[in-house]
Amino acid sequence: MSAAPTLPAGPSAAADSPSAVRISGVSATLGRTQALRNVTLEVARGEWVALIGANGAGKTTLLRSVCGLVPFTGEIAVDGLIVGSARRREIARHLALVPQIPRTPPGMTVGEYVLLGRTPHIGYLASETKADRVAAEKALRQLALVRFAPRQLGSLSGGELQRVVLARALAQEAPVLLLDEPTSALDLGRQQEALELVETLRAEVELTVICAMHDLTLAGQYADRLALLDLGRLVATGPPRELLSEEVIAAYYGAQVEVIHRDGGVFVLPRRSRGR
Amino acid sequence: MPQLKECPNCTSSFSCSADRPGCWCQDVHVPGEALDDLRAQLTGCVCRSCLDRFASEAAEARAHEAAGEAGTRVPGALVQVRGLSKLWLVGGVLLLLVAAAVALTVGPMPIGVGEVARSLLSHVPFLGVKSHLGPAEDAIVWELRAPRLVLAALVGGILALSGSSYQGVFRNPLADPYLLGVAAGAGLGATLVIAYAATGGSRGLLLPLAAFAGAVAGVGAAMLLGASLGSRSSGSLILAGVAVAAFMTAIQTFVQQRRSDSLREVYSWLLGGFSGSGWHEVGLASPYIAVSAVVLLLHRRLIDVLGVGDDEAATLGINVKHVRLAVVIAATMGTAAAVAVSGLIGFVGIIVPHTIRMLVSTSYRAILPLAALFGASFLVLTDVLARTLLSPSELPIGVVTAFFGAPFFALVLRSTREQSP
Repeated sequence: MSAAPTLPAGPSAAADSPSAVRISGVSATLGRTQALRNVTLEVARGEWVALIGANGAGKTTLLRSVCGLVPFTGEIAVDGLIVGSARRREIARHLALVPQIPRTPPGMTVGEYVLLGRTPHIGYLASETKADRVAAEKALRQLALVRFAPRQLGSLSGGELQRVVLARALAQEAPVLLLDEPTSALDLGRQQEALELVETLRAEVELTVICAMHDLTLAGQYADRLALLDLGRLVATGPPRELLSEEVIAAYYGAQVEVIHRDGGVFVLPRRSRGR
Repeated sequence: MPQLKECPNCTSSFSCSADRPGCWCQDVHVPGEALDDLRAQLTGCVCRSCLDRFASEAAEARAHEAAGEAGTRVPGALVQVRGLSKLWLVGGVLLLLVAAAVALTVGPMPIGVGEVARSLLSHVPFLGVKSHLGPAEDAIVWELRAPRLVLAALVGGILALSGSSYQGVFRNPLADPYLLGVAAGAGLGATLVIAYAATGGSRGLLLPLAAFAGAVAGVGAAMLLGASLGSRSSGSLILAGVAVAAFMTAIQTFVQQRRSDSLREVYSWLLGGFSGSGWHEVGLASPYIAVSAVVLLLHRRLIDVLGVGDDEAATLGINVKHVRLAVVIAATMGTAAAVAVSGLIGFVGIIVPHTIRMLVSTSYRAILPLAALFGASFLVLTDVLARTLLSPSELPIGVVTAFFGAPFFALVLRSTREQSP
């Protein structure tokens, strides 16, 4: 191992801490399986943290807990709002989720869909105002989607749809963006495009990004910090160059890989153990 | 082979097959002048994201120009919800007025529109309009045809509105207002009264109350059972509805079998209709229908939000459970009130929302108000057919809604499928 991964930081008690998301001692049970075990993780404002780990490690459950979609014990705070006790609407103004497989209502247009992102800013039974349409239009413009506004969701390609979902999250104007494997349905070029887009937006509108990722090379290139989960436990966090090593990946993914450090980046290449 | 080129705008590399047909760039439409500008500024092909951006900006500029010609440039105008134009609402109201005029004037004794209008105005004080209608004609219009028209409009409107709401909150295009045991419950209530209550005046009063109570009990049982199953999805509620409906239908069939003398009456009640309806029935049903309609219409945007799925709607700040509960309760109230006074009228709650969906918009913000208007007109007109086609005898209205509705629906289905394969 090139460097020992740091242990997860302990919970900070400071209410005015710079952290955007604070996860303290969170455990969650799905059915009979313990999906999360005492996870503690702090994400600073403006940081990009990638959640990595094998299938079933708890990446998605952790994201869903932050959204308040699964019952959990422990405490999660988003911009100081306690998930579970703060009002949903209030949380939704601070936190947007881009799901792995977005559900696209049949026949809905891109414009209508992006406008739904304004929901936390609209009164419970009220209609959207001009300001909401302006905000949705701005999100479309930021993602170069203006010409798609009247198109139906069903007519979009995977990459276009991913951008539209991102636009909906952007219209929400929440400072924290959660992405659940945003590139799993995309080809190589579209994967890079989508992640570049998130990176650009992070700089433009000062987003904090927490992103579950499968592709370790991409995770290493885009994230500031990786958080490695295994069987519901957070086993290590650290910068990609320190955390990604052949031993760690063999231990937690059961994969034979070659890790190459080049030009300050880190590349994870799968390698067949027996030669042809 | 596609060539690997460097984008002159952003210097990222991309694959280009502009020398052959089928290059990706042919899918991106850049308006003529914008393309000329682009060619003047840069040499060679640009990458996909840059071309997308140019096309997007050009389309935006064009939309703004078009808006500028029409008057002022409106920010936010690019994001619109379809089908909320005044045109459709005005059209719906006009159709309802025409349907009302037809319903008041057509029948065994034809009465002119002018006469009906004069008679209507004569009831307004201080206008000094005198009705030319005799007492018999006046009674036909205002005691027979008018309450029947109003009731048909209320029932048609609320059935279409409830049907579309159910389809929205359950994200199931085949959901109808009777989904959760309303029909079975009302049927059981009505059958019990017809089989066991003494004939006479009190029975006419008891029947709608029993049907209403049965409908509400049916849905209530389905919701309790659904909640006890403890699943987060809406599917368990629908399955609970199926179980409750089967149970209640079994009891109803048993009672019906034991009292076979009541079979005919039960059957004709189940088929539904407005024969013999008066202002009394209108008074009974309208408060429930009005409250239900208002609650459902207020939820129209939230039903759209539920379209993105329960979890995503929750991350948008919606309490999915509360919204679904409010909509289901309101739709049940309205449907139960409608069933209590008119029996089970099928087809309206499915055909009307789907026709609007295919012709106007898939957004519930448009579907809900339009379904109420067109559902009302549809049932008023089918009721006219039901009472005139084989006059003096009446056809069950459910027969008419399906007989004329199904071919029309098939026609709309065909024509819209041809447009968008």
